[in-house]
Amino acid sequence: MDVIIENLPAYVDGFLRTLFLSVVSGIFALIFGTLLAAARVSPIAALRGFSMTYVEIVRNTPLTIAFFFAAVVLPRLGVTFQQFEVAAIIALSAYTSAFIAEAVRSGVNSVPVGQAEAARSIGMKFSQVLSLIILPQALRTVIPPMINILIALVKNSSVAGAFYVLELFGTGRQLANANGDAVLWVLVGVAFFYLLITVPLGYFANLVERKVAIAR
Amino acid sequence: MKAFLTRRKSLLVAASAALALSLSACGGSSTTSNPPVAEKPSFAADSTMAKLSSAGKIVIGTKFDQPLFGQKGLDGKPVGFDVEMGKLIAAKLGIPADKIEWVETVSANREQFIKQGKVDMIVATYTINDKRKTEVDFAGPYYEAGQALMVNKDNSSITKPEDVKGKNVCSVTGSTPAETIVEKYGAILVPAATYSACLEPLRNKQVEAITTDNVILAGFVAKEPDAFKLASDETFTKEPYGIGLKKDDTEFRMWINDQLEAFDEDGSYKKAWEDTAGEVIKTAPALPAIDRY
Amino acid sequence: MSSVLYDVPGPKARRVSLIGSIVGVVAIAGLLWWAISILAQQGIFEPERWAVFQIPDVWVLIGNGILATLTAAAVAAVIAFPLGLVLCLMRISDVAWIRIPTRIVLEFLRGMPVVLMMFFVLLVFATGSFVAVVAGLVLYNSAIFAEIIRAGIQSLPKGQREAGLAIGLTSFASRRSIELPQAIRRMLPSLVAQLVVLLKDTSLGYIVSYEELLRKVQIMADFLGPDYLFPVFFVAAAIYIAINFSVSRLAIWIEKRGSKKAAGGVVHVPVAGIPAK
Repeated sequence: MDVIIENLPAYVDGFLRTLFLSVVSGIFALIFGTLLAAARVSPIAALRGFSMTYVEIVRNTPLTIAFFFAAVVLPRLGVTFQQFEVAAIIALSAYTSAFIAEAVRSGVNSVPVGQAEAARSIGMKFSQVLSLIILPQALRTVIPPMINILIALVKNSSVAGAFYVLELFGTGRQLANANGDAVLWVLVGVAFFYLLITVPLGYFANLVERKVAIAR
Repeated sequence: MKAFLTRRKSLLVAASAALALSLSACGGSSTTSNPPVAEKPSFAADSTMAKLSSAGKIVIGTKFDQPLFGQKGLDGKPVGFDVEMGKLIAAKLGIPADKIEWVETVSANREQFIKQGKVDMIVATYTINDKRKTEVDFAGPYYEAGQALMVNKDNSSITKPEDVKGKNVCSVTGSTPAETIVEKYGAILVPAATYSACLEPLRNKQVEAITTDNVILAGFVAKEPDAFKLASDETFTKEPYGIGLKKDDTEFRMWINDQLEAFDEDGSYKKAWEDTAGEVIKTAPALPAIDRY
Repeated sequence: MSSVLYDVPGPKARRVSLIGSIVGVVAIAGLLWWAISILAQQGIFEPERWAVFQIPDVWVLIGNGILATLTAAAVAAVIAFPLGLVLCLMRISDVAWIRIPTRIVLEFLRGMPVVLMMFFVLLVFATGSFVAVVAGLVLYNSAIFAEIIRAGIQSLPKGQREAGLAIGLTSFASRRSIELPQAIRRMLPSLVAQLVVLLKDTSLGYIVSYEELLRKVQIMADFLGPDYLFPVFFVAAAIYIAINFSVSRLAIWIEKRGSKKAAGGVVHVPVAGIPAK
């Protein structure tokens, strides 16, 4: 137990980096994922094809491979970053956006066809139908699964610890080595900080599911 | 057509040559020794030696990703100086090399593996220190390494550990060198899963240096002498490698200590070195003074 | 849905769409070309680099890696599924002192990174890395399986349970012989989709030094030297994607087949954690 208190600054440091990775990747993933979903239902065939291929490939790729690509292969292509966090954010948001896209798409499909028909019948264009009518309604049903994807993102950020970013999990490994006699408590500390993010998010998801999402 | 065929052939030759080269650079798995096995050695009844000897097999923990010391080859068998040490000791117990079960031990789980009896001994670039001595016993040391820095060939700005203050230095997450470079020299740690995973960021100049024991770095330099070099031949820590054993088995520990000295005298220590790490680090080390605590 | 979002494209819209498609294809092709040309400059496509695949040992090693990946996934799935079933029954038990602790445990398991659980088992119980990988996967996925099955049970009409109780079945008997079989059939697509997640997560074994495919590739690249990192890595990535893709297809096939057979069709209930890696 003492080992957690003694190393609190290291924990907090790792925790903040995990939080940073999660928030920034989460924002990018939400934006990119929604764009992908819009592309998936758009009239332009190439966009549909791109979106579908991207989602299929990324969903079937292990995250470690995605990290390897961003942290090792991209620098080989001449895309180097001084901050390794950038590689982690690229890997995490590229990976997560595929799941966001799928969630948004199923949300779009859950909006009754009549909504789109009504919007079309009053003369709205595709972009208007999507942004004014469908997406606002879809987002409500999509919020709970979306939060679950974000929870997964927080947990997935732990892979960055093996790819050059000293976040919470990496800090835990470092502390575990330095405190071979108190490994149990070191890891309990790490778990505590993860739960500090994931459990409240999970409760929030449940709450939203009950209160808001029962739009129909 | 003929030209094409010749080209294909030369490619294959080139590939196998490259492979042979890397094989030898890694300690020559194809030429690993099988030390002469002692015939029916006798030990005091109930001693660990007697138990292992009559069982005819032993479980030894080593690293699988440490060039020159313990690295798994393409055929799945570990090779290196640590592995040779393990084989020599097993041979003295009357156990041939093919009866040794090699288990991968990583830096973070070695003490636990010994305490819980998962392994009979650990030979895994295992630095002897007081904290670890409270949990396990060490025979040896059988080698003394030291922490060093490896940089890109064209880098002349880093020659001593003080030069990396505030700079990115890559090392393995949860390793002692990583701790030292941060705590004592104020470097920014870039953690990787294995030491070899540090090579790409160094090549791409995303980190200034890689730090770990000099012998490990020497292995990387030997493989790519045009890309990397050691920042300095001096080491800034002393890392005496010991053989990790269960605590309070003094009899076994002292017996291994005796064997280590015997290996030194009969030349098998030197041969083990020359067959493995000696391919890169030409000067064979002298056996450090055994610590018979 | 997408069919009603816009008109059947007229000549002008078709032209715009065609131009957009061409621009898109050209842009993607350009990006690929850029990547390939840079890689080519670095000699990645030199046949020497790929000649390693003529060495039988390399394929033996890759084969062993695939085998290790599939073994860990299979063992974990076989243990996690029944365990998930039990956890699910405990989670919806009528007895509060079973239900509430189970709920806490499930929340805990779902909130933790899988790799942390693997690491925990590896260090604290000092198991081998295989046991650590399997245990980590089992702990996490059994919690997810439990949640999926629970969602399936809750999606059943109330009358199913009421009818069971009315004919004198005990609560447990109704769950076992009426609700569970329907729930599992309904949730089959989600359960198989979770298998893909499980399969992908075996690659976390890389971090706790279990010699699955990715780790084998790293070991091989260490051994062969940096020139061979890319060829072996690309082959490994392709193998991973191929395996996962096949299992995903299986999920879709079951979904299509199931929607014909299962009473009320298969359902998608958003369940926490399904989209996790």
